[in-house]
Amino acid sequence: MSEQPQNRPLAPAAPSARRIGVYVCHCGGNISDYVDVQAVVDAVKDEPGVVVSKHMMFACSDAGQQEMEQDIAASNLDGLVVASCSPKLHVVTFRGVARRAGLNPYEYSQANIREQCSWAHTDDPVGATSKAIGLVRGVIARTRLTEPLEPLVVETTQKALVIGGGISGLRAAVGLADLGIGVFLVEREPEVGGWVGRLGSMYPHERDGRDLIAHLVSEVKKRPAIKVFAGAEVVSKAGSFGNYQVGIRVAADPPETITVAVGSIVVATGFGTYGPAESEFGAGLDGVVTLTEFKELIDATSGSLRYRGKPVRSLAYIYCVGSRQPAGNEYCSRYCCAATAHASIRVSELDPKVRQYHLYRDIRTYGTFELLYTEARKDGAVYVKYPDDAPPVVTMEKSGGLAVTVRDLLSGDEELEIPVDLVVLVTGMVPRKNEDLVGILKLPLGRDGFFNEIHPKLRPVETMVDGVLIAGACQGPKSSAESVASGLAAVTQSASVLKKGVAELDPLVATVDPDKCTWCGKCQDACPYGAIEKLSLNGREVAAISEAGCKGCGGCVPICPEKAIDLRGYTDAQITAMIDGLLQEAMA
Amino acid sequence: MTALAAARVDEKVPAPAPRILVFSTNNISDPGIDLAGSAHLHYSPGVRVISLPCTSGIRPSWILHAVKQGFEGVFIASDGDECAYLPDCAKRASRIVAEAQTLLKAEGLAPQRLKMAAICSVCAENFARHMNQFSEALVALRSTGAN
Repeated sequence: MSEQPQNRPLAPAAPSARRIGVYVCHCGGNISDYVDVQAVVDAVKDEPGVVVSKHMMFACSDAGQQEMEQDIAASNLDGLVVASCSPKLHVVTFRGVARRAGLNPYEYSQANIREQCSWAHTDDPVGATSKAIGLVRGVIARTRLTEPLEPLVVETTQKALVIGGGISGLRAAVGLADLGIGVFLVEREPEVGGWVGRLGSMYPHERDGRDLIAHLVSEVKKRPAIKVFAGAEVVSKAGSFGNYQVGIRVAADPPETITVAVGSIVVATGFGTYGPAESEFGAGLDGVVTLTEFKELIDATSGSLRYRGKPVRSLAYIYCVGSRQPAGNEYCSRYCCAATAHASIRVSELDPKVRQYHLYRDIRTYGTFELLYTEARKDGAVYVKYPDDAPPVVTMEKSGGLAVTVRDLLSGDEELEIPVDLVVLVTGMVPRKNEDLVGILKLPLGRDGFFNEIHPKLRPVETMVDGVLIAGACQGPKSSAESVASGLAAVTQSASVLKKGVAELDPLVATVDPDKCTWCGKCQDACPYGAIEKLSLNGREVAAISEAGCKGCGGCVPICPEKAIDLRGYTDAQITAMIDGLLQEAMA
Repeated sequence: MTALAAARVDEKVPAPAPRILVFSTNNISDPGIDLAGSAHLHYSPGVRVISLPCTSGIRPSWILHAVKQGFEGVFIASDGDECAYLPDCAKRASRIVAEAQTLLKAEGLAPQRLKMAAICSVCAENFARHMNQFSEALVALRSTGAN
């Protein structure tokens, strides 16, 4: 680009010359129930440089975006501020609004008045409104000093790394290879296949898990573009989006670490299963098994159902073990209700005389899985709803048999004691313990401990780390079909960038003011990326920062004794103006 | 704005909560602060956040400027050991804090007005607790007459 000379600080524009549009979002009521959005609009409408100030029900809606685009054109706006949710959700959306309307995307700034205001201060609408005014004024002050910038364009490596060789990772590897992208597939276990590779018939199509994995493995083998490392682990990551260098410790004697260059990384590390605490619903008693163990049992059974040699004529399923607990895993694993109904049908097929009791809190057999629930009941399974605050109790009888005591909420809250041969604890999925990998990839986790996407609907496989995507149950409980779907979403997302051959990076890199720089070399010492070099300029030695080499951390900024370095987007002038703006919270 | 929110705005005048400027980071502590809001954990609305790429990019002069302009406290929600940019980020951040405290002292301002703690991307409770404790500490500082 020609307008942005290198190594020059951003020159502040005259505030009065700016034409900024400010849009305050209601977010339905998520913001406006606590923040007086009209008061915010009124407070900032006469700020220097502001020419449009409005509130909107949903700024991110098509209607909201179109209104902004029209205003940008009609009022010749040269700056855009949206006060709404976290910038993590919608910076890309609103930069797109700016671009479509002919405004440079880097003239856009977002004020977070939802996560960092209305939601954190639901107890104090006055304080929240006052704060929102300060936040918006701060961002307007920053926006007055923005300059048009162009993204940095870097060539991308046409290869991807897939971490995890379960159904999601295998399918993603095949999908990437079919789009012409080379794949390194890393699996920690000695063999690929994951959980599904150990399963027999699966709902809803009665496909055998082992067959599915065998088929996928044969497809992988057909594609020379896929290189599989089993018994291997990712040990390091360097570089940035489009050009990562990843260290992999591969199985060898002695173990060896190799480095591969990839443009994107698909994390498909799967899930763990909930392990009940000792004595939780009778866990540890002979005849009490988890759903995972029970599935293995029925997959291995061809005649009548037996457990440790003893025939099973009756069994009880206890639902939501370890799930939806205020003090444990608060979430629902979603798959267990349907998987249990499917297991129940399979038991009826083996022996229709087995009495099956499903002790549940709520049943979630979403979509067509409802048919499994209906079929299980038609087969004679009895469903008993127990109260949330009175879960079933499993005891071992003197005779050595098991008994389950449960209150039947839908039949007059009567207490039932059910003698059974087997108790199945319906356990859900938990995040896999992967602390080393989390540390290497710097991926944020959600409150539930699973990897976090940027937005569940708008950017469902992207993470905070550009070019690192998540797929399958490492993101949260999923069925195998849902895992495959998210694996393919990660393929599409990877390919959409890698196939272009170039990636656009934010140009928010450090710049040097050569007039202030006296070349002491401290910035060069402070940059571990080697992005700073000495340059001879008009007979003086000054620092020069490589746009391509700079990672945009700003670590050199406070090091410079002459205050000659600024980080674009976070310049000294912008941050100082923002601090002043944040304090101007009084209502108009 | 809804009628409900309008009614609430009119009904009370808040006690002056200490205004705290938080320097967070885009990829590590800011998601943690967002999570505190998503979980509706309450802390003082006097808290305002400026997010930067990395803790090591904070100029000590910004901290001094913030306090001189009227923020009663500055809190650095640092990357700690999780920084994706700089392996020695925690060490650099400590140096920034030391320099800023020197600047504050030189202006006769209480160094307790600056505080730093590592806030991770899921440290929601941690952040809310830090804000509540820092708010209380700053209120206590008022009664000592410290600048």
